[in-house]
Amino acid sequence: MSDAAPTASDSIPAARTDAPQSVGAAIRDFWNGLRAGDLGSLPIIFGLLVIVVIFSSKNENFLTAGNFVNLMVQMAGVTTIAIGVVFVLLLGEIDLSVGFVSGVAGVTVAKLVLPDANQTSAFVAIAAALVVGAAIGLLQGTIVAKIGVPSFVVTLAGLLAWQGVVLLAIGEGGTIVIQDQRILDIANRFLSDRAGWLLAALAIALYAGTKLLGILGRRRAGLPSGSLAVVGAKLVAFAAAILAVVAVSNRDRGFPLVGVIVAALLVFWTYVAKRTAFGRHVYAVGGNAEAARRSGINVDRVRIAVFMLCSAMAAFGGIILASRLFSVDTNAGGGTLLLDAIAAAVIGGTSLFGGRGEVKSALLGALVIVSVANGMGLLGLSAGLQFLVTGLILLAAVTVDSLSRKRLAAVGR
Amino acid sequence: MTDSPILALRGVSKSFGQVHALSQVDFHADAGEVMALVGDNGAGKSTLIKSIAGIHPIDEGEILFEGRPVSIGGPKDAGRLGIEVVYQDLALCDNLDVVQNMYLGRELRDRLWRLDEATMEQRTRETLRGLSVTTIRTPRQLVAGLSGGQRQSVAVARAVMWNSRVVILDEPTAALGVAQTRQVLDLVRRLAEQGLAVVLISHNLHDIFEVADRITVLRLGRSVGEYAVAETTQQEIVQAITAGIPAAARSNGEAPV
Ligand SMILES: Nc1ncnc2c1ncn2[C@@H]1O[C@H](COP(=O)(O)OP(=O)(O)O)[C@@H](O)[C@H]1O
Ligand SMILES: [Mg+2]
Repeated sequence: MSDAAPTASDSIPAARTDAPQSVGAAIRDFWNGLRAGDLGSLPIIFGLLVIVVIFSSKNENFLTAGNFVNLMVQMAGVTTIAIGVVFVLLLGEIDLSVGFVSGVAGVTVAKLVLPDANQTSAFVAIAAALVVGAAIGLLQGTIVAKIGVPSFVVTLAGLLAWQGVVLLAIGEGGTIVIQDQRILDIANRFLSDRAGWLLAALAIALYAGTKLLGILGRRRAGLPSGSLAVVGAKLVAFAAAILAVVAVSNRDRGFPLVGVIVAALLVFWTYVAKRTAFGRHVYAVGGNAEAARRSGINVDRVRIAVFMLCSAMAAFGGIILASRLFSVDTNAGGGTLLLDAIAAAVIGGTSLFGGRGEVKSALLGALVIVSVANGMGLLGLSAGLQFLVTGLILLAAVTVDSLSRKRLAAVGR
Repeated sequence: MTDSPILALRGVSKSFGQVHALSQVDFHADAGEVMALVGDNGAGKSTLIKSIAGIHPIDEGEILFEGRPVSIGGPKDAGRLGIEVVYQDLALCDNLDVVQNMYLGRELRDRLWRLDEATMEQRTRETLRGLSVTTIRTPRQLVAGLSGGQRQSVAVARAVMWNSRVVILDEPTAALGVAQTRQVLDLVRRLAEQGLAVVLISHNLHDIFEVADRITVLRLGRSVGEYAVAETTQQEIVQAITAGIPAAARSNGEAPV
């Protein structure tokens, strides 16, 4: 009905979130966001700096190319699982079963590629494990969404049950060794130097391309398209980071294949979260489920889909972990894996209260947790101390989350 | 002004367990008119509009849209007919921005299944401007940061953006100050002038006598009667609300202009 309105957009000034008109405006927006309690990735980047400074001053092996590549491989599994956890947290739910779901997936793959009568190809085994994961999510999500049992309880039951399945499938004290080269390649292969550079160039081109298309789209719609200087600065920062990572990797074994996989997963799920209607609905359900329902969003379906994708990503993480360890044993998916994955999402900046967070927090949080574990391991510190420190970091992250939530509530309305 | 109302309810009943929230209620809304819906707390006003919006299925009676009986099974059905509701609690997502809220559940997509943010933002700006909503600085602002009046404007703008025919507002001014109430009442009048059927729920008879054309009074889940604003007084409406005394002699026919 307002189609006749003119297209000039002078009465409503520039958008805050995606198109500051100048570098100055960008900095001002950022500062205003900070004051409103929207800290973004700032605490975590600060935390990472502290971690790097402390560990590299204590141990000369921490800040080496070799250890950097180790870190990337070590964090791949947790990051993958944490991506799924981010979505569940966005809903305001929790999934405590992801650890042992990843274990079930690892066992599934290991058993299917065993060189026996019913051996399958690596591809089929991976697909089967992902389907098993999604099916577990379908089951748990349906119980949560349709029956209304709190996700905490459903997935706690899942935690026990899937651990039982792992034990039953492997047998007491058993270990299944993986011999299939394709599966082992996932976490144990590294790109050649040239492939690494090529990939970096591709990533930079992709980043620049999407930014450019975004600007053109806004121009075409007659909207303020933001300052090119800001976009350019971001592009340069992104390119520098990517090139640095590849350069460092190439001084050692090269960029790990599993790093490519995790990066692709991060890009894909960020796209889903930010650029699709489904992603938008996830945020809406987490922000105000009743408003989402009244807007015609099928809230149950969104919930079930999120639990499915979370379990499928847990399964993916389990495959990566199995590949890295060359085997699965009765401990697959156990230990601190579950808590690490949830802590990673939260430390990375995804709110436990639903509706706020980003896929990239899985990466940032996992980076913190794994580098702390890695650094303390290098220093020869005990596991007890590692848990203690990780616990404190988690507490700090949740406190920041709660405080910024309070601040946002005070500023809003 | 039209021969048959756009929206009409006949003998609608709705119970929540033992509570008869609505019994045998008749109601209608006509194009280009503001129909006020009044009644004490718990009279069933919110339940009535939730039935129209497909939030609660009705137990009995029928809903007619342009004279045809329709069944409204959910918000999507209501939306397809062109019925939009602005709820008392607004039902906005604080964690999303204005554009995202305006298009919630009806996002525009391009061929790649990607959200068409540019078009959505552009149309949001146009809609806000078309309704002379000038207080919202940028449509990319999070709703959490808006004032009560701004939130109400967003909720109303969202309701009218879809070529809607009927817009229902549940106590749109209850939480607002004087100036913001003024804005919203002006907005209500503009909607009717644009040819929409507007249903306005309010406790403020002064506001109602200012913007409404007709008044339907509900009491304890029953309709007491329908009054033309030009032919009634605030006292009469107060009596109808509190004591359920129907109008003495009234022609239930056309509204005087
Ligand atoms: N979802 C519900 N479940 C149970 N009872 C309800 C529900 N919604 C409304 N009611 C009851 O129905 C009656 C009418 O409520 P409502 O329509 O909200 O009144 P109003 O909006 O006129 O104040 C009240 O007695 C209320 O308690
Ligand atoms: Mg009410």
